Amino acid sequence: MIQPAAPDLVTVNIDGREIAVPKGTNVIEAALRLGIDVPSYCYHSKLTIAGNCRMCMVEMGMPAVDPATKAPVMDPTTGRQKVNWVPRPTIACATNAVAGLHIRTTTPMVKDCREGVMEFLLINHPLDCPICDQAGECKLQEQSTGYGRGYSRYVEQKNVKPKRTLLGPRVMLDDERCILCSRCVRFSKEIAKDDVLGFTDRGSYSTLTCYPGRKLENNYSLNTVDICPVGALTSTDFRFKMRVWFLRQTNSIDTESSVGANTVVWSREGAVYRVTPRQNDAVNDTWMADSGRVLYKAVRGQGRLDSIRVNGAESALESAVKAAAEILKAGGAAVVGSGGSSVEEQFVLRKLCDALGVKASLVARVGKGDGLLVSADRSPNVRGALVTGLAAGLPSATLDSLGAQIDSGKVTAVVSIGEDLGAAGLSAAQLARVSVVYLGTHANATSAAARVVIPTLTVFEKSGTFVNQQFRIQKFSRAVPGIVGATDDLVALARLAAAVGGPALGADVGALWAQMAAEVPALATMNYGNLPDGGLLLDGTPWAALPFAEGPSLHYQPTAPKEAATP
Amino acid sequence: MPAPEQHRLIFRHIDEPGYSNDLACYQRNGGYEVLRKAVQRKPEELVDEVKKSGLRGRGGAGFPCGVKWSLLDRKSGKPIYLVVNADESEPGTFKDRYIIYRDPHQLIEGIMITCFANKVERTFIYIRGEFPGGAKILEKAIADARAANLVGPNILGTGYSCEIYVHRGAGAYICGEETGLIESLEGKRPYPRIKPPYFPAVLGLYQCPTIVNNVETLCHVKHIADMGGEAYSKIGTPNNTGTRILCVSGQVQRPGYYEFEVGRLTMGQLLNEVCGGPLPGRTFKAVIPGGSSAKVLKFGERYKGKRKVGADMVEYDWGVEDIPMDFDSLAMIGSMGGSGGVIVMDDSVSMVEALGNINAFYSHESCGQCTPCREGSLWMKRITARMVHGEARPEDGALLKSVADQIAGRTICAFGEGCAWPTQSFVAKFGDEFKGYSKDKRGPRPDGVPELV
Amino acid sequence: MIALKPETLQRIDEVIPHYPVKRSAALPLLHFVQEDQGYISGDAIEWIAAKLEIQPINVYELVTFYPMFRQKPMGRRHIRVCRTLSCAIMGGYRTCAEFQRQFNTGLGEVSPDGEVTVEFVECLASCGTAPVVMIDDDLHEKVDAERAIALSREIKAAQAAGTR
Repeated sequence: MIQPAAPDLVTVNIDGREIAVPKGTNVIEAALRLGIDVPSYCYHSKLTIAGNCRMCMVEMGMPAVDPATKAPVMDPTTGRQKVNWVPRPTIACATNAVAGLHIRTTTPMVKDCREGVMEFLLINHPLDCPICDQAGECKLQEQSTGYGRGYSRYVEQKNVKPKRTLLGPRVMLDDERCILCSRCVRFSKEIAKDDVLGFTDRGSYSTLTCYPGRKLENNYSLNTVDICPVGALTSTDFRFKMRVWFLRQTNSIDTESSVGANTVVWSREGAVYRVTPRQNDAVNDTWMADSGRVLYKAVRGQGRLDSIRVNGAESALESAVKAAAEILKAGGAAVVGSGGSSVEEQFVLRKLCDALGVKASLVARVGKGDGLLVSADRSPNVRGALVTGLAAGLPSATLDSLGAQIDSGKVTAVVSIGEDLGAAGLSAAQLARVSVVYLGTHANATSAAARVVIPTLTVFEKSGTFVNQQFRIQKFSRAVPGIVGATDDLVALARLAAAVGGPALGADVGALWAQMAAEVPALATMNYGNLPDGGLLLDGTPWAALPFAEGPSLHYQPTAPKEAATP
Repeated sequence: MPAPEQHRLIFRHIDEPGYSNDLACYQRNGGYEVLRKAVQRKPEELVDEVKKSGLRGRGGAGFPCGVKWSLLDRKSGKPIYLVVNADESEPGTFKDRYIIYRDPHQLIEGIMITCFANKVERTFIYIRGEFPGGAKILEKAIADARAANLVGPNILGTGYSCEIYVHRGAGAYICGEETGLIESLEGKRPYPRIKPPYFPAVLGLYQCPTIVNNVETLCHVKHIADMGGEAYSKIGTPNNTGTRILCVSGQVQRPGYYEFEVGRLTMGQLLNEVCGGPLPGRTFKAVIPGGSSAKVLKFGERYKGKRKVGADMVEYDWGVEDIPMDFDSLAMIGSMGGSGGVIVMDDSVSMVEALGNINAFYSHESCGQCTPCREGSLWMKRITARMVHGEARPEDGALLKSVADQIAGRTICAFGEGCAWPTQSFVAKFGDEFKGYSKDKRGPRPDGVPELV
Repeated sequence: MIALKPETLQRIDEVIPHYPVKRSAALPLLHFVQEDQGYISGDAIEWIAAKLEIQPINVYELVTFYPMFRQKPMGRRHIRVCRTLSCAIMGGYRTCAEFQRQFNTGLGEVSPDGEVTVEFVECLASCGTAPVVMIDDDLHEKVDAERAIALSREIKAAQAAGTR
């Protein structure tokens, strides 16, 4: 995103209050900056303007000038320039800021407009609130309470339309609830580039439809559920599971790829119920991929490691750390780190490596970038490893050099942070020759064969930071407590580092940062406490020459020329 | 004062015995001579003539044609399009039909002059789907004109080229709205566009500068190019120049089309003299002067005020019969000249049922894009349908008006006003009928009174 | 798959270049296909979409918006009675009822012998000669109940003679 060097600012007057905004800003956004709510349905800051809901109508006026001389016409009663108010209301979403624009949102006309639109939206709307998932986050509920008349005058029959259509595997459609705002149609066409939704029939019988035989199943289909202002489009995964007002919202980051889409994790009493995108205009706008949302299922998913083991027997953290340290101090240790670890974990792992006198290897996870919000690098934090010095170059596809070292007998012990070493290229023979200390969340062949297993936490159960493909460092916070039997990664790593002769380290994010800021050049002036929610760009120039895997995606252009990833 | 004679400028040859719609007949009657002369002039001159003529659109809005042309963005570098609105669907209107079926070359000549004046190279005639014969006639006429080098490449050796294509609609009234028409021409659902920013003169067909003109308007352009704008402006009345074709239907002795100088006859002269008055034994009750979207006029009501005549302010005190049939007068007394469709109702008609019929039309034709029209038009239809076929409540009239008040002025296009004004005016002027409808309909249906909804 | 007549395919290929954007040809193509096949099938929708390089939903949206397009076969003869104000005032509803009675059919249905579909339409722009009726592509004026009977007789005679 390129910001103009000096945006062309104009002063507009809304409800008597003045504000300077970039020329062309629409009135809804300008009013927002003044804390004034202009209600709307079809408007969305990232989609084209439709102007069809008519809810955002306001009064507009321009300062009066003499048509011949262009001199201002003054109002004798106020001594100020007269404002010519347009007798008809105008829609705020399509009214753009020009110098001198005057807007009123609290007049009787505006109140009547809003009551009228609310009434019209409700007359054919089914009385579904008690069974509708949208309740509690429904614009119709909010705005009828805030701006509606409060009683019904409609005594005719309501429209009947298809009530529960499975539009696709993840999206359910209730056409009776649809207010025909067209946000989903515009999103599918403009952002997801999957023109599969449309309106059939006409007038009040218009119905949102997927072409018969086609499905709404692209990897961004759930964004239509996010942006649907009513309960017409709902998530099949979330359907009937939980009322939204019981859910706690925690800011997090999508770990599906190095895009680092900002998310909100919704949880209650230790369980995650859904993940939705969080707005970040520099990273993911208001979107995220469907495939990133389902990652929360891994928290209680199959194969979750939940007990510390030493040589197969249940153990406690102290003993496990002692046993692991013994294995590693015996000589010939190697470390396989992870691009999925947080920056803080990578910093501590680096200390462990330094204490052992080794460099970490990382395994690359590369997939096909879709040009939007899933990049080719399927680890969220490879750049964190670079920044902390855990790795000097990019991860390799396989662990060939480590394998050679095992073959030559140089390496006899391996610490694996969540890596399945066999899948990463080590042969069964090589694996048989090493003792493995495994820290990770889910079971695999390596964890099964490891001498020491310390279960750790998923991103939903801990806090920390990741550095995304833009070299933007972004915070994620703990949404739910770790499952019983899992240990916080930082605690485990810090103890291990200390046990092999490394320095004493703070075992939580806050304490660690003071040290990180002192030692890591890229983080020099930073402070975890005031890291903004939108993240902070780090200086990535030291690594600019590396052949990063990612192609262009939303808000990211690789610095080295690369073919665009074809979706 | 007796009614003036018709001034058949556009309709000169309609109903002329022996006049046929082929090129040869048109040329025998002087056809395409005006085009020949026009292409020798500078295009800007022709635009000027139209401006001087004071010609106002004949499709329904009455917007000054010369002003519309001068709003065109001629600097964008994009091609300029003319779109001919042959989607005649305003209830009560039936004039473009005859131009297309019986004198198509007059339209084509008007189109070519307009295109030349505005440097248009490709033009589409959007003709309603229910005129299949008309589409064929136009296609043949264009082909014949093309063969005679009057349409197509290098018109009459001038180096100027313009193609005309006929494009058929498929039964949607909203395609008569200029931006709805443009969307339909682009192959999309005919959802009118929000203005600003999509003014056709700047961002029209394919986001290029576009003028959309009614069939009759374009025929007037031919005559303006012929006699000059100033001469044309002397026909009719000030600010309401030229002639217009009035289409009278409903309960009069002689319904039909009549072309008069604008403003030179009154409603009373039109209905009583020209159309022969009411049917035997009946009296006039109501008249809609400009297509069903116009507000209804009630016989017996008075219109009083002051109006400008020349340089003076003059008082007026009119009954329905006294209203001059021009845009400004009809607007002044609270209705509009619209498309010229005059629908007459006599004392046998129930205004509740008539409104029910109109509401059914608008709710059926609403495109559904914006909330007030989509939901409001259907609500109003359901109310009148319930009143007629079910239970009518005394407060239903007030409810209808309240719903209509929430639509007008709040929609994307003028369809909002079109569906709201009938309801507002019927209830305002015939409120007692609405209040007392439930009692009125208790008896059996009177003989000879047709059902309307 | 749809099997269009060669003349239809020719008309289609001729009309597409009239427009700088292919999508504009959607309405003309729908008309041609309906004239050829009698109605617009799902296959036709997909064929047209592929031909114009747009999505099937874009065509489907049009077919369901415009009343003149139908997705099921109709009667061999199509009777459209105007029901808007002027025609209704002059007796359009009686006219329609008469047609329905003559062919023993409901509104919008195919008559039992498959010959006729009767439906209401909105203003046909011939209000001065109300009530008006279109039978296939022809306009008939001043069609009161009596004239409706006469026209019905003509239709039945043509049906018996195997002509139109």
